[in-house]
Amino acid sequence: MILGTLGDLAVQLVQMLLVLGAAPLFTGFVRKVRARLQRRKGPPLVQPYRDLYRLLRKEAVLAENASWLFRATPYLVFGTIWVAASLVPTFATGLVFSWTADLIAIVALLGSARFFLALAGMDVGTSFGGIGSSREAMIASLAEPAMLLIVFPVALIAGSTQLATVSEFMASPEVGLRVTLGFALVALVMVAIAENARIPVDNPATHLELTMVHEAMVLEYSGRHLAMIELAAAVKLLLYASLVASVFFPWGLATADGGIAAFAAGGAAWALKMAAAGLLLAVFETVIAKMRVFRVPEFLGAALMLGLLGTLLLFLTRTL
Amino acid sequence: MSVLVVAAVLLATAVAAAVAAGRRAAVPLVYGACLVACALGAAVGASELVRAAAGGAPTVFSLPVGLPWSGAHFRIDALGAFFLLVVNLGGAIASLYAFGYGRHEQAPGRVLPFYAAFLAGMNLVVIADDAFTFLLAWESMSLASWALVVAHHRREGNLHAGYVYLVMASFGTLALLLAFGLLAGADGGYAFGVIRGHAQTPTLAALVLFLALLGAGSKAGVVPLHAWLPLAHPAAPSHVSALMSGVMTKVAVYAFVRITFDLLGGVSWWQGMLVLAVGGTTAVLGVLYALMQHDLKRLLAYHTVENIGIIFIGLGLALAFGANGMGLAAALALTAALFHVLNHSLFKSLLFFGAGAVLNATGQRDMERQGGLIHRMPLTATAFLVGCVAISALPPLNGFASEWLTFQAILQSPDLPQWGLKLTVPAVGGLLALSAALAAACFVKAFGIVFLGRPRSVAASNARETDRFSLTAMFALAALCLLLGLLPTIVVDALAPVSEALVGARLPVQAPSGGNGPWLSLVPIAEGRSSYNGLLLFAFIAASAGLAALLVHRFASRRLRRGAAWDCGFPDSDPRTQYTAGSFAQPIRRVFGTLVFRAREHVTMPAPGDRRPARLHVELRDVAWETFYAPVALAVGHAAQRLNRFQFLTIRRYLTLVFVSLVALLSVLALWL
Repeated sequence: MILGTLGDLAVQLVQMLLVLGAAPLFTGFVRKVRARLQRRKGPPLVQPYRDLYRLLRKEAVLAENASWLFRATPYLVFGTIWVAASLVPTFATGLVFSWTADLIAIVALLGSARFFLALAGMDVGTSFGGIGSSREAMIASLAEPAMLLIVFPVALIAGSTQLATVSEFMASPEVGLRVTLGFALVALVMVAIAENARIPVDNPATHLELTMVHEAMVLEYSGRHLAMIELAAAVKLLLYASLVASVFFPWGLATADGGIAAFAAGGAAWALKMAAAGLLLAVFETVIAKMRVFRVPEFLGAALMLGLLGTLLLFLTRTL
Repeated sequence: MSVLVVAAVLLATAVAAAVAAGRRAAVPLVYGACLVACALGAAVGASELVRAAAGGAPTVFSLPVGLPWSGAHFRIDALGAFFLLVVNLGGAIASLYAFGYGRHEQAPGRVLPFYAAFLAGMNLVVIADDAFTFLLAWESMSLASWALVVAHHRREGNLHAGYVYLVMASFGTLALLLAFGLLAGADGGYAFGVIRGHAQTPTLAALVLFLALLGAGSKAGVVPLHAWLPLAHPAAPSHVSALMSGVMTKVAVYAFVRITFDLLGGVSWWQGMLVLAVGGTTAVLGVLYALMQHDLKRLLAYHTVENIGIIFIGLGLALAFGANGMGLAAALALTAALFHVLNHSLFKSLLFFGAGAVLNATGQRDMERQGGLIHRMPLTATAFLVGCVAISALPPLNGFASEWLTFQAILQSPDLPQWGLKLTVPAVGGLLALSAALAAACFVKAFGIVFLGRPRSVAASNARETDRFSLTAMFALAALCLLLGLLPTIVVDALAPVSEALVGARLPVQAPSGGNGPWLSLVPIAEGRSSYNGLLLFAFIAASAGLAALLVHRFASRRLRRGAAWDCGFPDSDPRTQYTAGSFAQPIRRVFGTLVFRAREHVTMPAPGDRRPARLHVELRDVAWETFYAPVALAVGHAAQRLNRFQFLTIRRYLTLVFVSLVALLSVLALWL
């Protein structure tokens, strides 16, 4: 009994460390593929780890009027996103703490992280921080409802908002091919792009550009604080990729009572799925151009409408 | 009976305060008496709720006052006990806050008597058991709060606010009066027990529901009856603003719940849909209005409108589920709504207290002249931040717990048989999600502009931390927000007797001894469906953030250097280059404003060489006011203009007028009979 509990805890711990350890690699992979697509050699895959290491060892430079909130935010944001990421199934479902928060709570947790990051952007009182926070708030005010309208049809089909239950249901043959799920998938990808500040909504690789959002918000950070924020951003990207994989492509996911072999198979399947996701993201980012900030509401509005349409279609198909 | 003692103490305090308001000792004495009375009232509410959970019958008592042939009836059932707790908890903490805040009051004689009377009125409303007592208490609550709104009557705008409030309060009471008249029926049984026994025809029931929505909704601030609220709530002294926003609107919710769920008993599904649609509209419009405000207290008042919308979404869902016999889903929706009632009373009071502290420290409510207060008022800032996170429905605080329950109720909608509801409920779910996200944006703006950044005025740079009583009150509320967020199961279990009495079902027992689901998790329906554990989530976040900070400081680097802000290499020393409340909201105004407010921006750009400043003027139009209020005001003005001719007549003409009207009335009577 106790041994079993310890084993469950160990698997949960492995999941937590896995998302943390793999997140910079995933970011590095996307960068590498993008560089190759642009016929550049690109930085090595481990470059994000090196960057983090370098940042962590540097001294942090704070603006004179930065408050305690500014210093606490990187850790808070990192902790919140890490906890959220460890609740999304990667190699196995139904881990010992998976009932702590359902999909709605995970979305809201990411909202908490963003709330503090946006506050930190306004703390020093510079115009760049303000512009970042204000635009982030605008994007979030559309992305969050879109996300919840995606959660609705998925939860209605699976009869649960619990991610473990959802992915187990989606892996079962009774799901079938549904238009609603297609809509939800497209909408979720759009929201994920906006939430992670990727092209075409935002550009993670720019500075000194008036169109930037996320980078403007964290402009005043340096050293270890910046490292925590970069790491949190990498974990968040991996979280969304895992979320898409576990809800829409739950093949190969192990269950909580599976043995080591099942976990290893689940891990291999997850690695493959993440590689595919990274590849697709890089291709998408290469072929599309960054859009104006005030085009973003249209982009996210489309995701919102897809979610709502998916829910309505679900009702229609249910009665037919 | 002990509640009547509470009310009597409050009323006696009111009278005593009216007599002795001039003395210096009056302020602590009055607030002390109110604090003790409210603490007692809260204890009574809690104990009655516990008794109801154990299956005890409601406490009933009557007094030989009021109408000679019936007397005044009182009754504390589970619903009344819950609202008694909400009212008195808010009242007690507001009184504590007022120990400090009330000392700055210029004219205590204008505040003290009405403050105690206001509390007494709210207490009496939630225990009244006949329509006459109810309306009497309701009106005294309205009048006392009106007196508090116009307490500082010389300040610009306050008299106007008081006037609009008075008109809307009279309108609301009129609607409630008609609702009770219809409920009482032809033989005029005004006791609630008699009304419950009547069966209403569907038409009549629909009419009563509509009148209750008008009457209670206008007091609660439902769009489009909200117009008075953002004027009146900020005009009162801050502890009264907290009571009006946090508590009095909840008394209005109580009135709506009492009439529709208890007295009316059973409405049809489309009425639930009406309430649902009203709630969704109110939530989104409330938060959009709030985003456009620059006045901190007015912003908070508009957020009350939003939260009332969220509560009405829950109530509408409960009505819709109840009409279809879905007891468990109705219990879930009702529990979510009532949980949000308690939550909103806590964090809205907290935020108004914080706004009052800022107002005292800097002497201004305009957000554009604040900034950087986190350095000068660190404790107020911390407490206010907790309130901001809570009201933005972010985990792990209490606002999220109740909104999460509302979302779970929305997910029960596919089982509804009616197509109208099937399509409305997900759309309202979208509106709820939108309002939650916009609320978070709005409180980033409120906290960021007021407490962060650099001071935008001399007053803001010289602010001082507020007094200890105020801080104690704020931190007590912040602790309650955290507690209810971490352990929402307590509230859900406490609300079980209420939902059992009103919709005939309850949620599964959440307490650990109930054995339902994992340890201390909130499990509304079944564990496989959804569960949420705020405590564990909080522990995890605290542990991982703490661990990260510890490891980084231990093994990586702990060196820190302070320097000038980077700002991409071009830091500007002028605090006016910071983002303001207006510029923060500009993207959202561009997205939603053209549709909702018909927002227009006018830019005056002088020609090169011209030394006049460039100007940006933003024009926002209040559509609710222009559509509903302005025509009525115009018509009244017009009629008054016409009737004005009768004001200065000679005595002969007046006599002729009297005579003619007498003859006309008599002839009408003669024809009638």
